[in-house]
Amino acid sequence: MELLPTIWFIAIAVLWTGYLFLEGFDLGVGMLMKIFARNNTERRVLLNTVGPVWDGNEVWLLTAGGATFAAFPLWYASLFSALYLPLLVVLVALIFRAVAFEYRGKVDTDRWRARWDWAIALGSFFAAFGVGAALALTTTGLPLNANGDREGGAFAWFSGYAVLGGVAVVGFSLVHALAFLALKTDGEVRHRARAWFVRLLPVLILPIAAWALSIQFLDGKPWTWALVVLAVAAAATAWTLARTGAEGRAFLALGAFLVLGTASIFGAVFPVVLPSTLDSAFDLTISNASSSDYTLGLMTIVAAFGLPLVIAYQAWTYWVFRRRVSTESIPEAHSFLPAIAAKAFTTKG
Amino acid sequence: MDALEIARWQFGITTVYHFMMVPLTIGLGLVVAVIQTAWHRTGKPEYLRMTKFWGKLFLINFIMGVATGIVQEFQFGMAWSEYSRFVGDVFGAPLALEALLAFFVESTFLGLWIFGWKQLKPGIHLACLWVAVIGSVFSAYFIIVANSWMQHPVGVEMIDGRPVMTNAWAVFTNNTALVAVPHTLFGALAVAGGFLLGIAWYHLWRRRRDGVDTVGPDGKVVPGESATIPGRDRADHSVWIRSLRIGAVVAMISFAGTAVTGDLQGKLMFEQQPMKMAAAEAACHDGTGFSVLSIGNIGSQNCDDIVAVIEVPGILSFLAKGDFTTEVKGVNTLLPEYKENYGTHLPDNPIYGERAGQEIEYLPVMEVTYWGFRMMIGFGGLAALAAVVALWLTRKGTVPESPWLMRLAIFGILAPFGANAAGWIFTEMGRQPFVVAPNPDPSGIDQVFMFTAAAVSPGVSAGELVASLVTLTAVYAVLLVVEVKLLVKYIRGGVVSAMPELAHVPADENEDETPGSGGPGGAKPADDVLAFAY
Repeated sequence: MELLPTIWFIAIAVLWTGYLFLEGFDLGVGMLMKIFARNNTERRVLLNTVGPVWDGNEVWLLTAGGATFAAFPLWYASLFSALYLPLLVVLVALIFRAVAFEYRGKVDTDRWRARWDWAIALGSFFAAFGVGAALALTTTGLPLNANGDREGGAFAWFSGYAVLGGVAVVGFSLVHALAFLALKTDGEVRHRARAWFVRLLPVLILPIAAWALSIQFLDGKPWTWALVVLAVAAAATAWTLARTGAEGRAFLALGAFLVLGTASIFGAVFPVVLPSTLDSAFDLTISNASSSDYTLGLMTIVAAFGLPLVIAYQAWTYWVFRRRVSTESIPEAHSFLPAIAAKAFTTKG
Repeated sequence: MDALEIARWQFGITTVYHFMMVPLTIGLGLVVAVIQTAWHRTGKPEYLRMTKFWGKLFLINFIMGVATGIVQEFQFGMAWSEYSRFVGDVFGAPLALEALLAFFVESTFLGLWIFGWKQLKPGIHLACLWVAVIGSVFSAYFIIVANSWMQHPVGVEMIDGRPVMTNAWAVFTNNTALVAVPHTLFGALAVAGGFLLGIAWYHLWRRRRDGVDTVGPDGKVVPGESATIPGRDRADHSVWIRSLRIGAVVAMISFAGTAVTGDLQGKLMFEQQPMKMAAAEAACHDGTGFSVLSIGNIGSQNCDDIVAVIEVPGILSFLAKGDFTTEVKGVNTLLPEYKENYGTHLPDNPIYGERAGQEIEYLPVMEVTYWGFRMMIGFGGLAALAAVVALWLTRKGTVPESPWLMRLAIFGILAPFGANAAGWIFTEMGRQPFVVAPNPDPSGIDQVFMFTAAAVSPGVSAGELVASLVTLTAVYAVLLVVEVKLLVKYIRGGVVSAMPELAHVPADENEDETPGSGGPGGAKPADDVLAFAY
């Protein structure tokens, strides 16, 4: 077994898991803007729970992409080019979502806010769905030829697994966000989030569990089957804890469900990183898709210092902003009188 | 257009657009960090106001750079899969390190800065901004290391037809990158300088026009206060005159910086990519003269059509070699050399698609390289000159009443943006027909190169590329309108747009007082959950 490619396979699995864990709840909060929050103040509560952290969370996606490029260039090239249109949707969704977070509060009219609310909700939905579809397809395979290029046209990637993966990440993000809101808010929003969490958890985690299970039936090993069992136990624990009001521990238990679930999926497909549905001889594996040992060694040294550091200062951010947000703590929106009238460019000096 | 040309247009449009936001982010970030440091040290209220106002504009722009940056990283794999496969071993590492070591830092600490005005001690809060800004500088470094490897591949060996990294130190200290990084940073500061100068000029002009500021008999400004408009007090005058002077000084220093680093870069380029520089000069024949104006049909790609009307002897040699006599090779000398070294026709390999076997055009599009080079220098010089004039005109503390000068100052904001865009378009299009230019150094890695024609994704159809080109261009156009509208709104609003507490609204119980601001209004106990930005 090759050591360095294995380490980088694990590293990329960790990066994707970190992404789903962290951005999972801010994508979910984004979707909940339209289906959970009842008025503008509640929407602002939701936004401000993720306000200081969502951008840092999103960098996990960029790092996962960049690390795949550096460690497994052939995986990166085949996956990203084969999924051209779905990734375009993800990009547009992420662009609108990011801009919406920042611009929503910058003009004090209902119409302006309503537009950006839709951008946040739909952007979060399509980003979650697209990332889920892409991750599912890299575990179940794409029609790749010997060079690693997609055969069969622009939509040849489509399969039931794309839908399953998309729904899986959307569902998980929603339930994860409810756990997060129960933990991060106070008052009415907190109680409603917890009630929704208890009611919806059994349904919303079904698709991601179905994905993990179907991967086990395809490629499972005894130890990855064991992880699935533990994951289900973690989800049940999260549900029980939320019912007793232990919001922090419920959030962590659901996080454990995610970590165990993704570990069972990545573990099952290992050492294949992207199977070809045309011919298993064209499968991309950690051996034939990886960079040289020199490059991987260099990256290992940097990541060994860099990744713990990232985790440390991001954890500190969550500590700084650990207080609960409630509707009472939201200040009035302020509109300002312009110091300069709008016609300045046309008035005669 | 075939897939290759669409993919190139897409990369060009998305990158130039992304690089409108990025230099303003880097340059303005540095300026705001310095201003907040000044506030931290002196406690003067005008520095707090400047931090808040310029910080607000910084954030409106920052998010656009973030949003468009994701496209850049995904695009290599999506549209340029053959390129990614070929260079991944060496090119992927700086991109991954950029995300891991720089962009994480930038995003996380900026979040702390935006929301942490009340939660963090002032010193820590300021440090967060510095850490974020330094992160953005490192981000620029890693991206330019990656780009410089395409301009001048080093630190690799060819193994099984692909370059494999053998010397990371050489890659991360590539001399091309070491001069391009400061050049880019000075270019970013030039953008910030012009931005401060133009906007501050506008506000000073309005204060005069509205009769808030008057001019005494000695020609010196007498700052006043407006009774009706919130925030238009005497401190407001200090905000703008200081901003204007900082902007002008930054603009002048950064022009000097770009000139010095650009000269070093040019001398390297004459060695590393002689054809790019010959095309920048529309220099067909060997010589020493720099063309100030060449006529004839530069776009015809036929050297014999071009006549240099005004040419300064010796200057080209100085740009290339530092003396006035060395003959610099022209296009007609270089073409046979390139053909001999890298072939006359693209190989008969399926990765070239329909272009397999076609003759290779080694001369970049001269219209673009010739004018791109001159626009970069011209816009940069113009902005610096304007900064000098502005400092002189405002020496008595305010701006002249002329509305035309005000308009000029506003439109002058665009000049450094133009210089940045022109410079990048020049250097990227000047590298063609290569996506990875050959390194002519005799050390023996001159076979590490890649034609752009081989780089595009073979499995992606022209239809998919058209879909993404149209979508991204439309999305970017809409967002540009939104960004500019918001910037204009907040610029017109003045400092009060970023500091509503200045407006003295009596009913406002949620006054957003910042500890130590010294501004009006009673300080609220710091028990707020966070500084609500959304």
